[in-house]
Amino acid sequence: MAMLEVKDINVYYGLIHALRDVSFEVNEGEVVALIGANGAGKTTTLHTVTGLLPSKGGTVTFEGKDITHKPGHAIVKLGMSHVPEGRRVFAGLTVAENLRMGAYTRPKNEIPESLKMVYERFPRLEERKNQAAGTLSGGEQQMLAMGRALMSKPRILLLDEPSMGLSPLFVGEIFKIIEEVSKAGTTVLLVEQNAKKALSIADRGYVLETGKIVKTGKAADLLNDDSIKKAYLGE
Amino acid sequence: MSFLNHLISGISLGSIYAIIALGYTMVYGIAKMLNFAHGDVIMVGGYMCFCATTYLGWPAWMGVVLAVIVCTALGVVIERLAYKPLRMAPSLAVLITAIGVSYFLQNAALLIWSSNPKTFTSVVTGEALSLFGGQMQISKVTLVAIAACLVIMVALMLFTGKSKVGTAMRAVSEDKGAAQLMGINVNTTISITFAIGSGLAAIAGVLLCSAYPTLMPTTGSLPGIKAFTAAVFGGIGSIPGAFIGGILLGIIEIFAKAYISTQLSDAIVFAVLIVVLLVKPDGLLGKHVSEKV
Repeated sequence: MAMLEVKDINVYYGLIHALRDVSFEVNEGEVVALIGANGAGKTTTLHTVTGLLPSKGGTVTFEGKDITHKPGHAIVKLGMSHVPEGRRVFAGLTVAENLRMGAYTRPKNEIPESLKMVYERFPRLEERKNQAAGTLSGGEQQMLAMGRALMSKPRILLLDEPSMGLSPLFVGEIFKIIEEVSKAGTTVLLVEQNAKKALSIADRGYVLETGKIVKTGKAADLLNDDSIKKAYLGE
Repeated sequence: MSFLNHLISGISLGSIYAIIALGYTMVYGIAKMLNFAHGDVIMVGGYMCFCATTYLGWPAWMGVVLAVIVCTALGVVIERLAYKPLRMAPSLAVLITAIGVSYFLQNAALLIWSSNPKTFTSVVTGEALSLFGGQMQISKVTLVAIAACLVIMVALMLFTGKSKVGTAMRAVSEDKGAAQLMGINVNTTISITFAIGSGLAAIAGVLLCSAYPTLMPTTGSLPGIKAFTAAVFGGIGSIPGAFIGGILLGIIEIFAKAYISTQLSDAIVFAVLIVVLLVKPDGLLGKHVSEKV
């Protein structure tokens, strides 16, 4: 059975039908990419999975538990962590405080170990741990958002447009880190507009178009698919 | 010597404004809403203590405890019933609801306790402190108000600055959605904020009625508005700002009464506020965090 199973979710924004019968699954240990153009419904999908948006019908199952109607704050505790689009670090809190908030649901005595782990992965965060998060550069904020999500020790990490607005240098670094996180045993669901990069590190991919999944397959196959090349890879 | 006496009464009044302003600023800082019913919670606190001591004959400290418990619960209930359903609504709707809650509390008090003023028995008893051979008198209420205000401010700063729940409050105030993604229960956090703010209102109510012992259903409304002014003056959302704003407002008010005009004192207070906001729109300690995007 898949680790995360999304079945026929439908989301409406007022009269707009934003997601239509979206179904996909993520198996343990995989990196799955969800690609699509602006406004295709990628972020909406993630928000529905983590309980920030309600779904009309359909189910979201995580490790055998139905989490469709669980409130967002309760889902973190189950081992799912979501790095939102635009990073959304707490600008007025220090880097260290942001990381501690990431571990909000965990017992106090486990925090130092996770903090050490995150600082090892992102040495730049340790250098700036007493600085307000709002003063970091975009790339550093992305690292902080990822570090913060890892503080909850998730079994699955949901990343929403981690490369958005970053310099090419940082994009490369962020994707390298995603690969490392995956190798360390965390399952990853990656939402990206940068389809080429996303598919190059993913095992499988789904293509979302105007609220519907239109294509799915192995990432390598999707990278060679003519219609995808044309629409998303700019080739 | 009269200058010093005025200064002391200014600080005393200012301490009470500051305690009210701290409640305003907590709720504004975290929930991003102006709880205009805050002043009326003060009044409820006053009546609770009054009923306990005068009608039931309880000792003063039990009256204070009762006032704090009732107001804390009242604050949480108001938030759940009146404000929580409007979490996604435009802020004007919330503001109007808050004004409605304020009138509701005043009129409920009118029904229960009638419009006849009650004479509040001070919860602080004892001889006034006499200095300079009796030229200067500092009442016990003044001392208690100043001490309570300082303790509350330091406690709040430590709580929001250091504790886990306090940090979560700041996270909620910045971004409710992201806070939820951390596993923070946003509703519970906002409830705790209202509980703290309303508990402080009860303490302010008891101190206010002890210093100015006339209790009416409208007792809380003007101090509430002035404390709101103090919070804006100091920089709304800032804890030390509410403290400084409250104290300064109290001093300005008493000095205006003493040296300029009793009738004009409120007008002078608000004139000072207008000037401060013209020069420093964020208030004295208002934070204007510059962010990189």
